Order: sequence, then C-alpha cells, then structure tokens
Amino acid sequence: MSMTGVLRPGHAAIRVLDLEQGVNFYKNVLGLLETGRDNQGRVYFKAWDERDHNSLVIRQADRPGIDFFAFKVQSKAVLEKLDADLKAYGVTTERIPAGEMLHTGERVRFKIPTGHLIELYAEKTDVGNGMPYVNPETWVPDLKGIAPVRMDHCLLYGGDIDATRKLFEEVLGFSLVERILMEDGKTDLAIWLTCSIKAHDIAFVRHPEDGKLHHVSFLLESWEQVLKAADLMSMNRVSIDMGPTRHGVTRGTTIYAFDPSGNRFETFCGGYQWYPDMQPITWTFDNVGAGVFYHDRKLNPAFLAVVT
Amino acid sequence: MPYRITIEEVGAGSVNFNCSDQQTVLRGMEALGNRGIPVGCRQGGCGVCKVEVLEGTYRKRVMSREQVSEDDENAHRVLACCIWPTSDLRLRVIGKMVDAVRKTGTAAITVAG
Ligand code: FES
Ligand SMILES: [Fe+2]
Repeated sequence: MSMTGVLRPGHAAIRVLDLEQGVNFYKNVLGLLETGRDNQGRVYFKAWDERDHNSLVIRQADRPGIDFFAFKVQSKAVLEKLDADLKAYGVTTERIPAGEMLHTGERVRFKIPTGHLIELYAEKTDVGNGMPYVNPETWVPDLKGIAPVRMDHCLLYGGDIDATRKLFEEVLGFSLVERILMEDGKTDLAIWLTCSIKAHDIAFVRHPEDGKLHHVSFLLESWEQVLKAADLMSMNRVSIDMGPTRHGVTRGTTIYAFDPSGNRFETFCGGYQWYPDMQPITWTFDNVGAGVFYHDRKLNPAFLAVVT
Repeated sequence: MPYRITIEEVGAGSVNFNCSDQQTVLRGMEALGNRGIPVGCRQGGCGVCKVEVLEGTYRKRVMSREQVSEDDENAHRVLACCIWPTSDLRLRVIGKMVDAVRKTGTAAITVAG
C-alpha cells in the first residue's frame, strides 16, 4: 500500500426515478457540479474539489439503485495487470471502450460475489477544481447547497461478503480495517475495506438479496459542515434517515439521508487514518448499535432493512 | 384541507390521523408521532411503506417498479410515501421492515458457507 495500484473510488452510477428531479437534487441540494450529459441520457457530476471530470453519474430508470461503482487505478499498465490478475483469479472481465462514459478512459468491468458491478479505469479528463495549478486560492466561492469535497466511498449489501472481501484483498490489494461480527461470533455481518490510508474506500453488509445499495458517501471538511448539511436538508425537505451523529466504526461524523428516488446517501466528516501495519478493529454483535450509531447505541430499523 | 386517514388492523385496533393534501400519507402519519406504516426512505424506493388503499382517492408520484407493479398500482397497492390524500382514506399495511440479517440470518450464513 504505497498507493500504486488501485488509487481511490472514481465514480458511482446510480438510477433515479425522475431525471430532472435527480439533477435538481444533486446539483442544488447536495451541491455537486453538473459536468455533462451523454447520448444515453446520463447526467454527470463531480464534487467541487475533485479534479477529474465525474464521480457521480445518474440515469432515469423505473427502479432506483446502483448500476456500477468504479475505482481509479494508477496507470494503464496497472489496469492491464489487474485485468490479467482478475482473469487468473477466475473472474470474468469485460472491456468497456474509452469514451463510453464522457471523458473516461477504457474500463474493466466485473461482477463481484455480492452481485455488484465494479469497474477499474486509469484515465479520466482532469478538468480541475476551479482553481489553477499555479498559485491557487484555497476554495471556490459561490458554491451551491451542501457542496462536499469529494465522493468518498460506498456501502453495498449482498450475500457472499466473504468471497467479495477475499477478491478485494487478494486481487485488488485492499485491506480489512473494521468488521462487525454476527451473533455466532465468527461470521462477518459487515466489513470495511481500504485501498488507501482512508478508514474505508468501500464497505459491505451481509444481506439476503444481492446487488443492493445502502449508500454513496460524500466527504465534508468539518463537523460544523455536517450540521450545516442537516440544516440544508431540512430547508429542502430532504428525507433524513439518521443523524447528525457519529459512527463508532471509522469514527466518522455523519448524516444518512435519501435522494428523491430513495437512494441513501451520506454526508460525513472525519474518521481516522489507516496504515497497513495496523490490525483490524472488531465489533461484536451485541455492540452493533454503537458500532453503527455511536450515540444512540442502537440500530434504527432502517439500517438493515432499507436499501435500493 | 386535512383529510382523515384510517390505518386498519394496527395492533388490536386502527390508527387515525389528519393529513393535509400537501403532505404524503407517510409524512402525515410521522409528523404527529403516529405509527402503523413502516418508515424507510420516504421517497418511493425501498417499499417498506406499501399499503393497500381500501377506500378514498389520492394523488400519486412515480414509485419504484421493483416495489409496486403496474397491477399493484392499478389495484391501489401503493407506497404511502408517494401518495397525497384527495379525500378521506382507509388503508391497510402491506409493507414490512424486514430485519434481513436476524430474520433470515441462518440462510444468509449458509449461503456464505
Ligand atoms: S418509505 Fe421507502 S418506499 Fe416509502
Ligand atoms: Fe459511509
């Protein structure tokens, strides 16, 4: 882990029930920047401080949920190597040509055991964060809405999180940072994985149905901004699921809420940094409440039951 | 103007509350601390708030087809978070907040081997 392979989450592609309602929400309420629309009817967004062209793509469909989640890798050579490694591991991969997504290079797509489509890519147009690379200012004025700095991670629900974890660890170089155990004291109920020094880049919860989305998460820079995000959500009548509060797992401060199609999103801040010489943290089943919502010390019923 | 919403068969009896035509049935229920219909995303995605409208009329918005089929929609089996009353309503809860891990925990573990 000197961040030479898989670098970070790159884009999440999600389905919304009404495109313009979705665009209005992601642009004016969450405060992402619209960066393009393609001939498939997809709309592209990025958070203001991201430099690459897009990190969230939405399309209209008759059911919400996630189409795919992608990671950026360091180079085209790494992309080739990881594709070969995946094949050698027994994973079927598919190449999606450069340009199929706006400003995005060739993608390697594969299905993981929890039923989700994951993509790797090496190239995406650097459109900048609105400030020059020489003598920049420190932030961009006149941002709208909550205005997170980046799309940070996602939490996905599916059946075989054990095989998914193995694939992420053994082929993609991820590490286990935290886990919550089930009642038997052995089986993982939930796992948090990192490919960087973040406390998580992707997480999974065991769930009877494959391919489900729990949330896509966006990073804020302070706890005060998390509180302000809650104010903006209430002003805009956004459906809040939980928070502002703190997770025991990763220690991030957080709000869970829903977009106008029922896809959960998170706006969060903080969490500790992780290095590969650290051992994972384990939460036992009787402490799952505190692990997920540290102050309430209990799960809300929606945490395990409400997904898209 | 507020309409009277009646949820049948909640516990031993029924739940009644007033809901304006500016508020979804689910938000109307929640706003004054009433219970009966499970509350999830409140945005037509998760399906936990599914009800069958037995009597009355309502306005509706788009809902996830995964949760509400065309047949459902035509038979007034809809999501309480996606309907606004245009008359008094009588309804029955269909949706469930399924605690997936604890209810089907064994199955989920078996799948994972
Ligand atoms: S609460 Fe999720 S569909 Fe109504
Ligand atoms: Fe999260």
